[in-house]
Amino acid sequence: MENIKFVLEKSARIDQLIAALYEKMPEIESARGVLVTESYQQTEALPIIRRRSAAFAHILRHIPIVIRDQELIVGSATVAPRGCQVFPEYSYEWLEAEFDTVATRAADPFYISEQTKSELRAAYPYWKGKTNSDLAKANMSPEAYAAFTVHGIFTPGNYFYNGIGHVCVQYDKVLAKGYRGIIAEATAALEKLEVSDGDYIQRSNFLYAVIESCEAVIEYARRYAKLAMEKANQETDPVRREELRTIAKNCARVPEFPATSFYEACQSFWFVQLLLQVESSGHSISPGRFDQYMYPYYKKDIDGGKITIEQAQELIDCIWVKLNDVNKVRDAGSADGFAGYGMFQNLIVGGQNIHGMDATNDLSYMCLEAAMHVPLPQPSISVRVWNGTPQSFMLKAAALTRLGTGLPAYYNDEIIIPAIMARGLTLEDARDYCIIGCVEPQKAGKTDGWHDAAFFNMCRPMELVFSNGWDKGVKIGPDTGDVTAFTTFEQFFEAYKTQQSYMIKLLVNANNAIDAAHTARCPLPFQSCMVDDCIARGKSLQEGGAVYNFTGPQGFGIANNTDGLLAIKQLVFEEKKVTMSEFKEALEHNFGYGIQGKKAEELTAQIATEIARQGIELNEQIVMQIYRQVTTGGGIAPEKQARYREIKRLIDETCPKYGNDIYEVDMFAREVANTYTKEVEKYKNYRGGIFQAGLYPVSANVPLGAQTGATPDGRLAYTPIADGIGPASGRDVKGPTATANSVAKLEQGVASNGTLLNQKFHPSALQGTAGLTKFVALIRSYFDQKGMHMQFNVVTRETLIDAQQHPEKYKTLVVRVAGYSALFTTLSKSLQDDIIARTQQGW
Amino acid sequence: MSYLKEKGRIFNIQRFSIHDGPGIRTIVFFKGCYMRCAWCCNPESQEYEIQTMIEGGKEKTVGRDVSVEEILPEILADEPYYRRSGGGLTLSGGEILGQPRFAAALLRAAQENGLHTAVESSAFAPFEKIQEILPYLDLYLMDIKHMDSKKHKEYTGAPNELILENAKKIAERGVELIIRTPVVPTVNDTAEDIRAISRFAASIGAKEYHLLPYHRLGSDKYIGLGRRYSLPEILPPPAERMQYLLAVAEESGIKCQIGG
Repeated sequence: MENIKFVLEKSARIDQLIAALYEKMPEIESARGVLVTESYQQTEALPIIRRRSAAFAHILRHIPIVIRDQELIVGSATVAPRGCQVFPEYSYEWLEAEFDTVATRAADPFYISEQTKSELRAAYPYWKGKTNSDLAKANMSPEAYAAFTVHGIFTPGNYFYNGIGHVCVQYDKVLAKGYRGIIAEATAALEKLEVSDGDYIQRSNFLYAVIESCEAVIEYARRYAKLAMEKANQETDPVRREELRTIAKNCARVPEFPATSFYEACQSFWFVQLLLQVESSGHSISPGRFDQYMYPYYKKDIDGGKITIEQAQELIDCIWVKLNDVNKVRDAGSADGFAGYGMFQNLIVGGQNIHGMDATNDLSYMCLEAAMHVPLPQPSISVRVWNGTPQSFMLKAAALTRLGTGLPAYYNDEIIIPAIMARGLTLEDARDYCIIGCVEPQKAGKTDGWHDAAFFNMCRPMELVFSNGWDKGVKIGPDTGDVTAFTTFEQFFEAYKTQQSYMIKLLVNANNAIDAAHTARCPLPFQSCMVDDCIARGKSLQEGGAVYNFTGPQGFGIANNTDGLLAIKQLVFEEKKVTMSEFKEALEHNFGYGIQGKKAEELTAQIATEIARQGIELNEQIVMQIYRQVTTGGGIAPEKQARYREIKRLIDETCPKYGNDIYEVDMFAREVANTYTKEVEKYKNYRGGIFQAGLYPVSANVPLGAQTGATPDGRLAYTPIADGIGPASGRDVKGPTATANSVAKLEQGVASNGTLLNQKFHPSALQGTAGLTKFVALIRSYFDQKGMHMQFNVVTRETLIDAQQHPEKYKTLVVRVAGYSALFTTLSKSLQDDIIARTQQGW
Repeated sequence: MSYLKEKGRIFNIQRFSIHDGPGIRTIVFFKGCYMRCAWCCNPESQEYEIQTMIEGGKEKTVGRDVSVEEILPEILADEPYYRRSGGGLTLSGGEILGQPRFAAALLRAAQENGLHTAVESSAFAPFEKIQEILPYLDLYLMDIKHMDSKKHKEYTGAPNELILENAKKIAERGVELIIRTPVVPTVNDTAEDIRAISRFAASIGAKEYHLLPYHRLGSDKYIGLGRRYSLPEILPPPAERMQYLLAVAEESGIKCQIGG
C-alpha cells in the first residue's frame, strides 16, 4: 500500500541496548567533579587555558570506563546508563541544595548515592567564589542581574550556570586526520611562532593546551582498547568475543589515526561526540551533517563489499542508542523548562552541498530509518528541504513524522541560506549549514554561535507599559508615562517599544557579562581544536577564535502581543468600548477569574503569612476562605468582576487573532516581531561578533508564562505564552494552511538564530502514500512562502487516552479527523472512543 | 464578469481538506439538501433556511448569503498548497444542485484561477441542473447509498432511479466520476449491497469507487439543532469489515479504496 525507501530490519541487539539503557533511573556520578577539583588544586600557578587542558587530561586518565553488554560502539561518560557527571567549575550551589530532592522531583529526576553526595560535598568548598557563574554575576550590571533573577524579564540562566555547548565541530577533520593529525597541525602552528611575538604567550599556551587535550583523548581511547581486549579474553560466547576484539582494534586506531572503515568512522565520531560533553557541561553538542561527513566511509565499504547495508544500519542504530547514554542534570527550575532530559544533539540530513546541488544520499535515508528503529529523544533529527530534495526522501521523513515522536524537524534551505549570508557567511559556508540544538542554523566547524543565549519574554515589557516601568515594587523600566492618559494607540505602541528596547539593552549586558566569564574561566581547548580558525589564530573559541561569532537570544510572545495590541487598539482607541483604566484594572484582576493551580496555593500562602505577621491568628477556615477568594477572583465587587469578564469576552470574541490568515493582522505581527529582532541585531558581542535574534521559546513559554500576569490578548495570568512563532493556543480556527500562511508573513530571515512553528496532526492525515504526499505538499507550500522551520506533533493513541482521563491537562487539544475538527475534551466519551479507534485505523 | 456577483447560500468554508478529491482542498459547503440521510454528519446542511444552532454551549448562526467574489479570496488563499499537491476547490453540501447557477459561477471562477474543481453531490436533480456545472468541472464525486430504490428511499427520503440515470449521463459526457458509498452498518454493509454498487460503478465507466466508513462525529450537532439522532445504536464498521468489503468491491474490476 505504501512504498518507502530504505526500510531495513532492526537487529535484535538494538532493543536489548535500549532496554538496558532504560532499566534504571539515571544517576549522578562524582568522578568528574572530584577529578576536576583535584586538578585545579594542583594547577593554580598555570594560565587558565593550560589549567583547562590539564584538568581534561586528568579526568580522561582516571574517570571510570565501561563497555556495556552488546555494544558495538563504546565510550560512556558514566558507569550508570544515562548517568551524568557534574561540572563544579561552572556552578555547583544549586545542586548541593537539591541533593536530597533531585531523586524525587517531578521533572527529570536523578538518583544520587550518599557516597556521591559526600564526595561532592568535600570537593565543593574549593569552588567558592571561583566558578564561572560567580564571575558572570560580578561582570553583570546590577540592573541586568535584577531583570534576570528577580523580575524574570529574560533568562540567560543556561549559560550563567552551565557550559555553552551549542556547537558543531569538524567531525570530518577528526575522521580524516585523527587527533595525531591535529596535534601535528598545532605543532606546526607553534613552530611558526616567535617567542618574541607580542601574542606568543596567549597563542603558545593555547596550542600547548590543544596538544595536551588531544593526547589525553588518544590515551582515553587506548584505555577502551585495553578494556575491550580484557573483556574479549574473558568472554565465552565466540561471537561476542570477536566483536570485542574488533572494538579493541577500533579503539587502538581511532580517534588517534584516520578512520579506514565505516565502523572505525562510527567509533571515532562517537569519541568526539562523547568527549565534547565531558570537557564542558554545555548541551546541544550537535553532530550536524552526519550523512555528509560519514558518507565517504560508507560508500567505500559498500562498494568494496566490506560491509552490508544492514550492518551499516546496525552501526548507525547503535550510535542512536549511544546518543541517549549522555545526560545532564539541571536545577529544578530549568528541568521544568527542559523536561525530558533534553540534550538537543541535533543531527541533520539532506539539503544542498557547497556547490548548491542536492546532497541527499543513502545515509540520509538510513538516519531516518535509525530514528524509526530507535524511538528515543536523541538525536534531535532534522531534515533540510529545498526544491531539489527528492520526493522519496520527503516521504520517508513524513513516515517518521507519522510515528508521533515529534521528529524530524523540517528546515528550508531557500530561506536559511540567504538569511545567514546576510550575517556575513560566504555562499559556500551558508549552503553547508547545519542546525544546532533546537532550530539554530550555523556553519559547522567555523562558528561559535552562542545560539541559546537567553529567552526574552516579550509579554513582560508590555506589562511594564501598564505599570510605567514598575515591577514588584521597584522601578525597573523607563518612564513611559501614565498609560491611562494615553490618547492614541501609537503612543501605546511606542511605549511598548521603549520598554522593550531598554530591556534588550540589559539582556545584551547580561549576555556579554556571561560571555566574558567563559573567556576568563572556562575556555575549551579540546572543542576549539575542531573549529576554525582557532589553531591558526592561537585562540580558543571562548576568546573569539571562531571565524563566525554570534550571540543569539530568543524572543517569544509575538502572538500574545499582536493579539493584545490589536485588542487595545480596537476596544480602547477605535470603538472606545473599554477605557484604558478599565483595561488596566481587568489585567490586574486577571479578568475577574481568580488564579488557579500551584500559583493559587503560593498566593494563598503569601497572603496567609502576611495576615499572620499582622498578628491575626490563622485557622483552616481562614486559609480556605483566602484560597477561595484567590481562585474565584472573589473579594472584588460583583459588578467589577462582571465587567472584567465582559472585557475578556470582548477580546476573545470581537477582536481579530493572529494565525487565521488575515492580512492586516499578520502584517502587524510582522511589525511586532521586528520590534525584537531588529533591535537585538544592533548589538555587538564580547567575542567581536554580532547579536542575532531567534524567535522561539523551546519550552520556556510554560515556566516563564507562569511568571507573567494576565495579558491584553485575554490570556489568563500564569498560563503558558504562545509557542514559537505560532498563534496563541486555541486562537487559530482555520486549520493548518491558514496558520502557516499567517506565520509565513513574518520576516523570518531576520530571525537568523532560528524560528519555530509547531503544528498538530491526527495520524489519519498521514495515512497511506496519498496522506504522506499531501503532508509533504503542506510543508513544501509553507516553505514556498519563505517559512523557515516546521515541526509536527502527531497525536498518538496514548495521548488521547491520557486526555480522556485527565481532560484538565488537554483543554486545547484539537483533533482533526477527515476534515472534522473538535476540541477533544469537549466530546462525549463514546465519540472520543471512536476517535481513539481511528488513530489506529488511520481513516 | 457578472458571474462573480452571483450569490448563494453556504454554511461553511473548510480549508486543508484532504479526503474530498485530489490533493489539499478547500471545501465550500452549500446549504440545503433534497435528501435526509439518517447518518448525515452535517445535519445543519439540510435546511435551506438560515438556522441557529447550539455549539459548545453557544448559539451559532448557520448559513450566510455570499457572492462568488466575496469568498474567492479565501478560496485562493491556499493556492500554494493546491499547486504543490494538485488540489483545488470542492463544492459540497447540502446539495450543490439546489443552487446550480451559484455552483457553476464558483467553479468557473476557480478554474479561471487555475484551480482543480470538484463537487460532492448526490446527483438527485434534473439533468439540466447538472449540465449547468459540467463545463467548469474536473471531478464529480457522487454518492450512491444503495442500489435498491426502496431501501434508498427508506434511509435517504429519495428513490435512486434519477441518480443512477444521471450517473450514466455524467460518465458519458467524459467528466471524471468517482462513486462513493458511506458504509453504514445495517443499512448497506452487506457484501451484496457493496457488490451491486461497485458493479454499477464499473459498468458505467466510473474512474474509482470509494468506501467511506460511517462515523458518528456529527451526532452532537443534532442535539445542537434540537433534533434527535436516529442511529444512536449504530457503531462505526470495524476495520476488518471494511477490508472485507473492499475485497468484495474490487472483484468488480474497478479501482477501489477505503476513505476519500
